[in-house]
Parts: sequence; C-alpha cells; structure tokens
Amino acid sequence: MKKNHWLTALIGIIAMLFLVAGCGSNSSASGSSKGGKVTLGFSQLGAESQWRTANTKSVQSAAKKNKKINMKFSDAQQKQENQISAIRNFIQQGVDVIAVAPVVETGWETVLKEAKDANIPVILVDRMIKGKNVDDLYSAWIGSDFTKEGRKAGDWLATYMKKQNKASEKLNIAYLQGTTGASAQVGRTKGFAEVAKTHSNWDIIEKQSGNFTREEGKEVMEAFMKSSGDKINVLVSENDDMTMGAIQAIQEAGKTPGKDITIISFDATNDGLQAILDGKMNADIECNPMSGNDVMKTAIALKEGKKVQKKVYVHESLFDIDNAKKNMPRPY
Amino acid sequence: MNQVKQKLKGFMQHKEAWAVIGILIVLLFNVFFSPKFFQISFNNGHLYGSIIDVLNRGSSLVIVSLGMCLVIATRGVDISVGSVSAVGAMVAVFLLKSAGMAAAPAILCGLLAGLACGVWNGFLVAKLNIQPMIATLILMTVGRGIAQIISGGQILTINSKAYAFLGRGYVFGIPFPTIIMILVTLGVWLLTRKTSLGTSIEAVGINETSARYAGISTTQILWIVYIICGLLAALSGMIESANVSSADGNNNGLLLELDAILAVVLGGTSMDGGKFYLAGTVIGALFIQTLTTTIYTFGVPAETIMVVKALVVIFVVLLSTDRVKNAFAKLTERKKAGVENAG
Repeated sequence: MKKNHWLTALIGIIAMLFLVAGCGSNSSASGSSKGGKVTLGFSQLGAESQWRTANTKSVQSAAKKNKKINMKFSDAQQKQENQISAIRNFIQQGVDVIAVAPVVETGWETVLKEAKDANIPVILVDRMIKGKNVDDLYSAWIGSDFTKEGRKAGDWLATYMKKQNKASEKLNIAYLQGTTGASAQVGRTKGFAEVAKTHSNWDIIEKQSGNFTREEGKEVMEAFMKSSGDKINVLVSENDDMTMGAIQAIQEAGKTPGKDITIISFDATNDGLQAILDGKMNADIECNPMSGNDVMKTAIALKEGKKVQKKVYVHESLFDIDNAKKNMPRPY
Repeated sequence: MNQVKQKLKGFMQHKEAWAVIGILIVLLFNVFFSPKFFQISFNNGHLYGSIIDVLNRGSSLVIVSLGMCLVIATRGVDISVGSVSAVGAMVAVFLLKSAGMAAAPAILCGLLAGLACGVWNGFLVAKLNIQPMIATLILMTVGRGIAQIISGGQILTINSKAYAFLGRGYVFGIPFPTIIMILVTLGVWLLTRKTSLGTSIEAVGINETSARYAGISTTQILWIVYIICGLLAALSGMIESANVSSADGNNNGLLLELDAILAVVLGGTSMDGGKFYLAGTVIGALFIQTLTTTIYTFGVPAETIMVVKALVVIFVVLLSTDRVKNAFAKLTERKKAGVENAG
C-alpha cells in the first residue's frame, strides 16, 4: 500500500510539472500577441445537438481563417464547473479576450468578475446570462434575434397570402410553441404575435406547447386536428422537430401538409429544408449557428480598444421553395 | 332503488372504482365542453377520433404501467422505466440506421436491451438487497447516458416503414399499438392469474420473510418482475419512437416513471405492495391519457397544463383515500337511516 502512495505522489508531481511547463509555454504564446495576434479563449458548452456542433465548427474555422486570431478552445461537456475552470485557466494564461457559450443562465458572477478584474473583456455567445449586475460583466453578446425570427414568419405569411390574392381571406392559425419559457419560445411567440395583431383577419385558434420534441409536436397536432382540423389553414411551429411530428399528424388525419395547411417552421435544419423540397412545408426561418466570424470580429475590436455593440445579431435567412435547394445540404 | 344502491355500494368497494370515476369525470367534462371528443369516423382506411387517440397514445403508458404494477406489488418501485424506454428505442433505431438491420431483429435487440436493464435492476434488488428506489435510480441516470453514447448525443431519425408500423400501423382499422396493448395486458393477466406467479408476487409484497419460509423463492420472483418491467419499458419506448420515426435519448420517456406509478396507484394497487390490480392499472393509465388528450383538444394554455393536470389528479387521489371513503360511506348510511326513520 505504501508503495502505491509514493507512486501516486510521483505521478502527481510529474503532472504538476507538466502543468507548469504548459502554463509557461502558453504565456509565451500570449506574448506573441505583440505581433498583432489576438489570443482568444473560447469555452463551448459541449456538443448537445447538431446545431451546437455546427456552431463549434463555425467558430473553429473562423479562427483558423482569421490570421489575427490565436484561439484556445475548450469543450465543457455540458457542465458549468468545467466552463468555470476553463475561464479561470484562460485568465491565468493571460488571454486577450474570453468568449463563452454558457450552458446555464445563472451562476457566472464570480468567475466573470475575476475576468473583469484581470481586465479581460468577455463575449457571450448564443445564450444570455442572468444575475445581479451581470450586464457590467460582459462586453458583447452575439446570437440570434428570436423576436425578429418570429416577425419574419409573420411577414412571410402576409406576403405569401398576398401573392395568392388571399390577403384579406380569413386565416385560422394553429400555433405549436416550444418549451414554455425558453428564450427561443418567448422571442418567436412575441415576434409572430406582433405581426398577427396587425392583420385583423388572422386568428390564432389553437396554441399549445409541444416542448420542442417530435413526439409531443405530433400528439398536440393530433389533438388540434380533432378539435378544429377542418378550420386550420396555417400551422406555425417553433422548431423543425415539432414540425416533423405535426406533418405526420396532418397526413394521418387525411390532409395534405403544405397544401391544405400552410406550414411555417423555425431552425432550418436539413430535415426542414428537405420537407420544403418535398412540398410538405412552406417556409423555414433560419436560426443561424454560424456566429464564428462575428465572434472573431468582435474579439479583435475589443482587443484594439474599439467600442463594440453590446448586442450583435447574426445574419439569419428565410428559406422557402425558391431558395431551399440552393442551400442544401445544411450543416445541421 | 335499494338494489341500485346496493350495487353502487358494491362497486365503490372495488379498488378500481376511483380510476373509473376519474375517467368518467373527464369524459363528462368532454360531453359538455367538447362533444367532438366522442366523434369516431373512418378516415383513410382506419378509425379516427379523439377516443381512438387515447387508445393509441395511451397504449405505451398502459404497457409500462403493467410492468410497474408487478414491481410495486412486491413492495418495490422501478424509477428507471423512462430511461430504459429511451435505451430500448435508441438501440432499435441505431441498429436500423447504422447497421442497416431489418426491423424485426432490431426490435428484438431493443427488447433484449430492456431485458438486460431488467436483469441489472433485478440483480441489485434481489441479490444485493439494495432498496428498489436507490437500485433503479442508477439506471434512471445512467440509462439516458447510454442512449446518448449510442447516438453520439444526437437525435436519430429513420425511414423504415416496417419499424414505423409498430407505432402507427393499423390492423383492420385498429391502431397497432392498441393491439399490442391488448395482447400485453392479456399476456400479463394469464402469466399472473393463471399461474401461481401472481400469488407469489403478492406474498413477497405482503411479507418477504414469511414468503420465503412458505417456500417461495423470493429472489427469483423479484428478478422476474424487474425483468418483465424492463422488457415492457423497452417495448413502450420503441412504440413511442416508431410513432415519430426517431429516437431522442434526452426526451424519450421523460418522466414516464411518474405517470406509470400514478397509473398503478390510481388503479388501486398500494405502494406498500401486496394485492395488485391489473384492470385498475390499465384504467388508471387510460385515465391519464384521456386527461392529456382532453387538455390538448380543449386548448388549455400551455403555461397552465401542469397545474390543471395536478389539480385533477389531486382530486381523484383525494377521493380514493380512506378518510374520504369513510365519510362517503357514513353519508350514504345516514341517508339510509333517515329514509328508514321516515318510513
């Protein structure tokens, strides 16, 4: 047993030596920022979905292409403690800018305060954080404008109806919401409602949460079809997964999705665009994971001491039958 | 009149009575507020209507609840059923997608995965004597992890028509899941009521030690119920995943264990083990599904669904408590006395 203890201690010492050596080489790396390079520490929350994987790829390739950027990437595997220790490592290594895609909304005050005290600006990616005075703890946020996405869905529907000379016809809309309270749900619902309010002939007759999953999307749509299947002309569904389930429910009720019922969805996944090509869906509003270039631009601006916008929205498109094919296959 | 009263009294003494009353309450609500609920038509060569939806979507819950019922009868509980259903679905879908397996062997492998989970739970409970809640807690957390590892953390989608039939096929216009549900119910009933297994399960639940002294191999019985429970959980998971042709390690069967336990308890089986009621369990599960479908059809705002569900469940559970039952019995007795006095 005693021998084992010695062995552990030895391994520990060697590991520590490596760590120290690692730190040394890193600090020399950040020293190279004299040559105009910006050292960026990026803490990704993990790889929970294809969307997230696309986001990671976008950040990594943007960093590679950008000659001014030297990026250190850390994957937190969906654990906040991993992200916090990654940020602390970045601070110790003396990086120029830290970017975080936070896994949860709360609990960031302490570690971000440490970054602030070390004069390292922080960029939040995709998700927001909550807490006391957290607004002072980051310099910029880069992500999707969910409310705008919702508005886009409404505007597309208005134009589509106008094209068919049905602008003044009564529209009965069924609305599948995402998980109640999720920022994508709140924003999209709000944005679409804003547009719907301006059309007196639009009526949201069914509205229910499908929790962003196929199963529940299908089950809720089945119920919609039973209670008012003859009336529904439009389905708005807050993500592609729920839409796929809902399309099945519509078909099983003997209606043709995309024809009898105009379908608008969000996310613009590969499955979503395929559904547009198959004529089962009419429009898909993109939720863009490709924020890499925006992150790099903002990081460089921060390092150069320029003023940056507190909220940077990534560019997001809308796909329908006119441009779906050109944009396939999708990265997620 | 008295005869009706006697009959009513006899009915109320059945343990299953309250689940039946629960369903009747919800159906009565539909009679008044959404009469369309009862419309059944023939659409696209199969039965179509809200009631059919209840029997269709409810079948997976019924199947899980039957397994749960047997476990609870041994004074145990299996809180891993939700995760096990996700594992079963993920194994089948993964084999279909990545290994190009045909539907039948893939479904068989899904069942085998469920069986393996049941063996593991049974091992912990029967052999190592770990408390069932703790023992099954392990697989509850690890199961989702396993499903995630198999799929690499992604949602898998497939196009297999044969597999989809499991979840949304029709035989003579009747949903295939409903047929599976009926067969499973029949199977479990035969297994427990036509052999000595049922009595042994109840004996283990009432008093494990005396059951052992009576010559029942309690280890074997415990092992059997957890294996049945795992198998049925995997089957229900595959039905759910076949319904939407995808497997989602994070969300398949989420909180299923709670619905299953609720169905069993509403059906009259006590968490203290002992006597179990299969018919009650089936009705309890269908009650939960009727409630869900009603809420969706009627259009309760998304934010309040949980609260509405909880209120109805609290109401039905309260009705079934001994105190309320006694009060009810007293009330009818007093009325009877009053009638006699007047006479």
